[in-house]
Amino acid sequence: MIARRAFALSLAFLLGGCSGIQSALGRDGRHGEIFGGLFAIFLAVTLFVYLIVIAFLLAGIFRRRGKRQDGLPDEEGESREASLRKGLIGWAAFIALGLSVLTVASFVADRLMAQASGPDPLRIQIVAHQWWWEVRYEDADPSRTFRTANELHLPVGVPVQITLMSNDVIHSFWVPNLAGKQDLIPGRTTQIALHPTREGVYRGQCAEYCGLQHARMALDVTVEPVAAFRTWRTQQLLPAPLPRTPLQQAGLRYVETRECGACHSIVGTRASGQVAPDLTHLASRRTIGAGTYPMSRGHLYAWVADPQSAKPGNRMPHIPLEPDQLHAIVAYLETLR
Amino acid sequence: MTAKISPRDHDRDGEKLQGEALHFRLEKTWSREPGLWGWLSTTDHKEIGRRYIVTAMIFLALGGLVSLLMRLQLASPESGLISAQRYNELFTMHGTTMMFLFAVPVMEAIAIYILPLMLGTRNIAFPRLNAFSYWAYLSGGILLWAAFLLNIGPDAGWFSYVPLAGPEFSPGKRTDIWAQMVTFTEIAALAVSVEIVATILKLRAPGMTLARMPIFAWAMLVVSLMTIFSMPSVTLASGFLLSDRLVGTHFYNQYEYGDALLWQHLFWFFGHPEVYIIFLPAAGFVSEIVQTFSRRPTFGYTAIVLAIVAIGLLAFGLWVHHMFATGLPRVGYSFYTAASMTVAIPSGIQIFCWIATMWDGRPRFQVPLLYVVGFVITFVLGGLTGVMLASVPLDLQLHDTYFVVAHFHYVLVGGSVFPLLGAVTYWFPKFTGRMMSERLGQATFWLLFGGFQLAFAPMHLSGLMGMPRRVYTYPEGMGWDLTNLLSTIGAFIVALAVLMFVVNALLSMKRGQAAGANPWDAPGLEWATGSPPPVYNFPHIPVVTSRTPLWDNRAKLPVMTGLRVDEREQLLTTVIDARPDLREPSPIPTIWPFVASLALAALFVSSMFTPWAVVIGTPPLAAALVAWFWPKSPDVTPEPVIE
Amino acid sequence: MIPQPRFAGDLSTLKTHAFGHRSMTWWGVIAFFLIEGTAFAMAFAAYFFLMNLEQGWPPPDFRPPGLVAGTLFTLLILLSEIPNTMLKHAAEKGQLRKVRRLLLLMVGLAVAMLVLRAFEFASLNVWWSDNAYGSIVWALLLLHAAHFATDWVDTVVLAGVMHTRHGQEGRKFVDVAENAMYWRFVWLTWLPIYVMIYWIPRWAS
Ligand code: HEA
Ligand code: HEA
Ligand code: HEC
Ligand code: CUA
Ligand SMILES: [Cu+2]
Repeated sequence: MIARRAFALSLAFLLGGCSGIQSALGRDGRHGEIFGGLFAIFLAVTLFVYLIVIAFLLAGIFRRRGKRQDGLPDEEGESREASLRKGLIGWAAFIALGLSVLTVASFVADRLMAQASGPDPLRIQIVAHQWWWEVRYEDADPSRTFRTANELHLPVGVPVQITLMSNDVIHSFWVPNLAGKQDLIPGRTTQIALHPTREGVYRGQCAEYCGLQHARMALDVTVEPVAAFRTWRTQQLLPAPLPRTPLQQAGLRYVETRECGACHSIVGTRASGQVAPDLTHLASRRTIGAGTYPMSRGHLYAWVADPQSAKPGNRMPHIPLEPDQLHAIVAYLETLR
Repeated sequence: MTAKISPRDHDRDGEKLQGEALHFRLEKTWSREPGLWGWLSTTDHKEIGRRYIVTAMIFLALGGLVSLLMRLQLASPESGLISAQRYNELFTMHGTTMMFLFAVPVMEAIAIYILPLMLGTRNIAFPRLNAFSYWAYLSGGILLWAAFLLNIGPDAGWFSYVPLAGPEFSPGKRTDIWAQMVTFTEIAALAVSVEIVATILKLRAPGMTLARMPIFAWAMLVVSLMTIFSMPSVTLASGFLLSDRLVGTHFYNQYEYGDALLWQHLFWFFGHPEVYIIFLPAAGFVSEIVQTFSRRPTFGYTAIVLAIVAIGLLAFGLWVHHMFATGLPRVGYSFYTAASMTVAIPSGIQIFCWIATMWDGRPRFQVPLLYVVGFVITFVLGGLTGVMLASVPLDLQLHDTYFVVAHFHYVLVGGSVFPLLGAVTYWFPKFTGRMMSERLGQATFWLLFGGFQLAFAPMHLSGLMGMPRRVYTYPEGMGWDLTNLLSTIGAFIVALAVLMFVVNALLSMKRGQAAGANPWDAPGLEWATGSPPPVYNFPHIPVVTSRTPLWDNRAKLPVMTGLRVDEREQLLTTVIDARPDLREPSPIPTIWPFVASLALAALFVSSMFTPWAVVIGTPPLAAALVAWFWPKSPDVTPEPVIE
Repeated sequence: MIPQPRFAGDLSTLKTHAFGHRSMTWWGVIAFFLIEGTAFAMAFAAYFFLMNLEQGWPPPDFRPPGLVAGTLFTLLILLSEIPNTMLKHAAEKGQLRKVRRLLLLMVGLAVAMLVLRAFEFASLNVWWSDNAYGSIVWALLLLHAAHFATDWVDTVVLAGVMHTRHGQEGRKFVDVAENAMYWRFVWLTWLPIYVMIYWIPRWAS
């Protein structure tokens, strides 16, 4: 009982607006707003129904039964049966009414959501891999498309249309603060529309069990003013900056000559692998390994030295590096802004 | 063959043969050989039912222990207690065990034991098939758990979505074992369903018209038909999966004209009805318990029966609500939303009728009825979250989060396990002849109820706050720490309560208060015979004239006589109004169902390694089946046709 | 505590066997019909589901199956209904000699059809491992072959039983009649499969 009360309390608290960076209750996009309204309607109707049931149950338990101690049904038995029957019919009608309200509300919300995205959206393509997100910003002009990974930058107030595909198993794209989820299914192409309305940093997470590291398949989403977004986009279109210090230059050499470049691409260098996250602007991202680590020098060391320790089973192998190679590589990676 | 022999040439029960003498004769005819051989050959529905119940309860304990490990891991963020691989195995084992090896079988198990008694007959229909089904079920369970202990347990979740579970992304034997386990349990469940349908339709006591049948029997009739119409779908699906994995077919391979969603459709076409296959028997338990403990015939018998039938029918139109996020055409989804919500009408009607029975009766709040109260409080909440999930815009947020986990534990544990524990307490005296301790039982109930809410209520919040399911760990600072900690504490309280229940049962079996035939003053036929019942169930076949026979015939119970006592004979009655129609023999015990199940197990297990096993394994299986069906050489003269 | 009995009727004059829905066997057979029927229905659904996803059925570069073996099989199985009906009537009338002969005839006919079935597999023009079209076509044919073989074994066993002294028992005639009913189900399920394997790929491509 205490748990229930705590539940009710905290729910009220939550609906009051306290929601985190990965919350279905966040109203940070058009879809979230509609969701919030619909959820409130459902909550109201179902709570009301629930209270009626519990009241009837309590009445059934605590009802004074007076005389009837003898074990035989008493005289008024018949009439009560009749009034219960009426009650049953009324109840069924009431449920039907409640359900109609919910069905209609749900349908309306669904239509509203379908219209929530506007014309001329920003187009993005996402390909899910075990266990990271490959992101491609589309443009009519092919020279203005670029790849990144495990992050999305979105201009606030601009509709977004994302095309979803999978490279291996079924994943599910889900940034709860912005909208509901949509599966990525190999062999099929699916779509999801977003319409962020509030600036902020949000977290998305793969929501369909996709194997060993399903838990560590997050997506970092930044919703920012249109100008900031433009800047970011322009920045992303540039090739990787040239390494300056000898250490950084050594790092680039290692990245190109050791296995790194076979899997990763760094635009402007000889690293051109396509099976792993693009690293061109790695250091401008906020996470490493699809949310496994926050971006920092220490964590770059940790990841490159042994990617298997924090995210066991991920598709980047442990590559034995001499300490100086490691220093050089990390120093180079840090320049990829 | 036409020589006429008078019926009096065979011994039958009747005025001349009753009491001790009859008991002696019937017991001789119906008991099995002693010893291991007899144990393996038995066809007594009570013995097999008991085995089934105990086995299913062991799987509950195993599945529950596994969930405790999961809860330990999730108690705190970034916990390193359990590796990702192990965790994935754990939730797969938990879901698979609970759904396939506990929840569905345990309901059938109770029906196997109690239905023939409720219906007033001597044995279940097709008793050898019954024996076979138990062995097949046990084989499936052992296969799954042996694999887990050998470190090749499945790890693709209880619904094993392809392509994750397909040959490319799940090499090795893990998923094969899962799929074969499914096949075993499907065979067992289908066999039991056939028996139950036949038992209910043909073996009811004279006078027990369909309209007088206990509600539990109605529930089992609908559930068995649902099983018959839904399980073949998953059998086919897992067969396709195995052949994709083992012989290179491409049913689910999108690059060769196959499709991953085919699996989801086939699976959920079964998987959704399955949840009602678990819930409806529990609704039957609730009806029986409410009636007995309210000391009033269930209010709205017809309404409840119609509700059960309606749920059974609707259940086949809802499967797509598990697939809202796959991106099928949006408008089509509205249909499934509406259909899913419609189920709330019959469910709500049932709830009303149960509470009304209590309200209008003179309830005794003993343990079984307490479980019913706990059931109402919990199940309705779970049902209402189900209604939320049925709404596409809501589900697209809540799908695959802990909100769903909360939903289905409320309906599975609150809606099915609570009534189950109530039913076990209720029928325990019938099973064992002794009562379970009332005081310990009440303490167990409150602990279980409180622990359950503590464990699963916070999951609604975890889910709304964005916690996906099936994650082996989660980062700090997401706001999920407290809710998860509470869930873990609650889970351990639940475990303690389950342990207390088991202890109570074990102690009461030895030292419980002796029960007598009808300790609760219940109205059903199962209470018209000894506790535990004799092997032959009833000395004379009872006659039924109302829905509550024992309440309406307190002085003397009308019976019919004239079944043979020197051979196992059963009374067949007509389907609708249960008029006596035929006397058919009931098969005697035999080892062949056991042998056949061994042959089947050998075939299934070896077929995971080579397809040739099918070729080599089929003849022994066929041989065992032929031996099973081959008529025994008559050592008593066959009874000639009486014109 | 066990209520005392009040004797209200006598069952000893009831018959010990009957045909049709009065017997338990009939219900068992019906239940298995339903199970297998559902399995076939789901397999059909899978077939059309896969077909609808594709442009070509069969996929490009594959020819539809050859017609000869399958069509002969179909004719034969339809013709077999004549002796099957005779068998059912004979069983219901308890004509042991006739039942014995007809059972042997049915066993023989089924052997001929099994041979044809082997040729059917050979004329599919696709392997199960070529693509999903091949997989589902093989699956349908195999499912039906298994179904067919099961009933064939059942018929063989019954033929054996009826040639022993158990053939005297009235209940065994019920079994024969139920087996004849099952045979109808075997050919009924075949007809849609025949269309799906042999004709739809012709119409669709
Ligand atoms: C015993 C098992 C059981 C039962 C009875 C139910 C009952 C219901 N379930 Fe649940 N469900 C599961 C077991 C069950 N479920 C499981 C195991 C899963 C997850 C599988 C997995 O993914 O692993 C699941 C998942 C699940 C989903 C998919 C969620 C997702 O993955 O995204 C949905 C969506 O529609 C759903 C809906 C419903 C509905 C509408 C009911 C209804 O039948 C509920 C009806 C009952 C009531 C509504 C309460 C009583 C009625 C009243 C008091 C009347 C008044 C009501 C109103 C006016 C609203 N369920
Ligand atoms: C009827 C079905 C059923 C039941 C009863 C339960 C019971 C419990 N489940 Fe459930 N659960 C499922 C069916 C069920 N579950 C399904 C289908 C899934 C989805 C799986 C998937 O995603 O694939 C799931 C998933 C699931 C998850 C989500 C995992 C994830 O997504 O990562 C969690 C997490 O907390 C959980 C917890 C629990 C707990 C704590 C209990 C507790 O109630 C358990 C209580 C019982 C015990 C603890 C046993 C106690 C026994 C003893 C103490 C020993 C007795 C001794 C002797 C007999 C000698 N379950
Ligand atoms: C066999 C292929 C392969 C090789 C070789 C490889 N990587 Fe990776 N790398 C991956 C994959 C796959 C991921 C994504 C892992 C995940 O998050 O699941 C990854 C992730 C990373 C990331 C994090 C990217 C992000 O956006 O989160 C960095 C940094 C990285 N690799 C650096 C390197 C360096 C440096 C080398 C060479 C020493 C290297 N990789 C060699 C496959 C490879
Ligand atoms: Cu990708 Cu879960
Ligand atoms: Cu469902």
